Amino acid sequence: MTQRPNLRDLERLKRHFHIMHRIRAFEEEAERANRDGRVGGAVHLSIGQEAVAAGVCSNLRREDPIVSNHRGHGHTIAKGAEPRAMMAELMGRAAGTCGGKGGSMHIADFKVGMLGANGVVAAGIPIAVGAAQALRLRGADAVVACFFGDGAVNRGPFLEGLNWARIYDLPVLFVCEDNGFASTTRTKSVTGGPGPGPRAESLGIPAHEVDGNDVARIDELAGELVARLRNGKGPQFLWAKTYRLKGHTAADPARYREAAEVEARWQDDPIARLRALLIELGVAAGELDALARAARGEIEDAVAFAQSAPFAPAEAAFGDVQDVGAPQP
Amino acid sequence: MNTISYLEASTLALRQEMERDPLVWALGEDLGRGGVFGQYGDLQRRFGPARICDTPISESTIMGAAVGAAMMGTRPVVEMRFSDFALCAVDELVNQAAKARFMFGGQAKVPLVARLPIGMWRSSAAQHSQSLESWWTHIPGLVVVAPSTPADNHALLRAAIRCDDPVVYHEHKDLWGLKGEVDERAEPARLGEARILRPGNDVTVVTWSKTVHVALEAAALAGSPSLEVIDLRTLWPWDRATVFGSAQRTGRLLVAHEAVRVGGFGGEIAAEAAEQLGVKVRRLGAPRIPIAYAKPMEDQARITAAAIAAAARLLLG
Repeated sequence: MTQRPNLRDLERLKRHFHIMHRIRAFEEEAERANRDGRVGGAVHLSIGQEAVAAGVCSNLRREDPIVSNHRGHGHTIAKGAEPRAMMAELMGRAAGTCGGKGGSMHIADFKVGMLGANGVVAAGIPIAVGAAQALRLRGADAVVACFFGDGAVNRGPFLEGLNWARIYDLPVLFVCEDNGFASTTRTKSVTGGPGPGPRAESLGIPAHEVDGNDVARIDELAGELVARLRNGKGPQFLWAKTYRLKGHTAADPARYREAAEVEARWQDDPIARLRALLIELGVAAGELDALARAARGEIEDAVAFAQSAPFAPAEAAFGDVQDVGAPQP
Repeated sequence: MNTISYLEASTLALRQEMERDPLVWALGEDLGRGGVFGQYGDLQRRFGPARICDTPISESTIMGAAVGAAMMGTRPVVEMRFSDFALCAVDELVNQAAKARFMFGGQAKVPLVARLPIGMWRSSAAQHSQSLESWWTHIPGLVVVAPSTPADNHALLRAAIRCDDPVVYHEHKDLWGLKGEVDERAEPARLGEARILRPGNDVTVVTWSKTVHVALEAAALAGSPSLEVIDLRTLWPWDRATVFGSAQRTGRLLVAHEAVRVGGFGGEIAAEAAEQLGVKVRRLGAPRIPIAYAKPMEDQARITAAAIAAAARLLLG
């Protein structure tokens, strides 16, 4: 059940509602565009997981970097990236955040502190701890949030990177977005022991379990954890239990699970839950519909912008490779 | 000018760059006590544990943290202790360090130096003796360096630290004790410049790292053809102008390296020279066997001066 927020900050909850709708609309458009070929490659959707991105990122400042994984649209939007530049990146256009060189899987927007999605599971964890070390060396008091999935806890960099953050007491919030699946395999079936939280605890990092579909609770808890980071209390681990409502990629029909299971999980849709909470708190349905429509409109505008934006010249493929030595044909 | 060792030259270079730029720092195992070979000297005492950072045996995160730290505007120097161990950090070096700038559309650069000591040294057997420099030349985004003298280790390491690209920097373990003159006020080298160490007329010998010294020895052997010995110094980007200029003059090119001959970087240089200039080429490298512990077997993987001279004679036909 949705827990009532301690702090009834309606404006804050409405902002979450808007951002989660923006993420949902962005990904539904990306899914459609991937099916008809306007967006290429693999598109990993976080539909059903929007509350984690919105709840965590709302506690970060612009200068607090985040590091993401392959399922990174939501984190990027929640950190403040422009949907136009993001959709242009998915469509491979010059106006994309990465000039069309990265696409969905490598989306990044350094000007809002989004240091990149990553095509390799768990690869963001070492990058996040290194970013935190660099911030310390530069005397900055920023904190780092590192998003990864439950599949990542079975890779070596999870052990190495969490241990690293602990021994140097780095201000990193590890966010394990546990959606139940490692690609197309149920994570539990390939994971020994009691799971991500206890693994973090075994390395001396306090772990906090949370309903990953309850944005109010995630926001509140992330707020407490980020405050601990800023107060020099060392790394923290947030284990957000959610569910991936879509397949591993937009092209994956996910036949490895029962339709009834997915249907039941749709009843726990974090956006619908937040809407019910807001109505319970007295917000008019019409106001919420207007917020949802506004978010949808922003994304439709982003799609129109991206579709009419030019591709980078083909020769741009030879740029941004390295300073020393020209690329060889 | 001071006469110091190849190892001391690297300590001096890092010290100078750390004094010059507070965002230069180093991370790796055992650095506080000077590093596994002592190449970090007393730097931790001078600069403190935050800038000479002792790490766990976590190669993936040593390299990966350096990528994150480099993208955030610092200049990390990564110590891998043995190039063989860098294979535990290949994702971080190949998929992350080399690609981040490109795949993020130039939003960040990755100015890190990865020190990967190479080569056969004191019967260290199959997992502590390899020369894998050709692997990294294959990866767009990486610069690859292999100094052969104390002066070059000083000048090239400083250049590598100042470079905005990720640089894979190969010191040769058997050269640590080699003495030579180093001018500590010399400017950093320019990456991508080879050097002709000995002029000759018959055969151009392109080589790098420890094999440079073996080639010089070959050139001095009685009865050897007249060898022009070129120390490549930087493998990527390699100095085509110097190599091609020499090969055009001599008409014959031999590439010699300690690494396994099959798939070695000698093949790339020989192929380019054959395609572009039509000169006669040969490659000399180790047989495709793991490096053995016992000396007589270990020697089977060693390139000798006699072998270089013999290969040069074959080119003369």
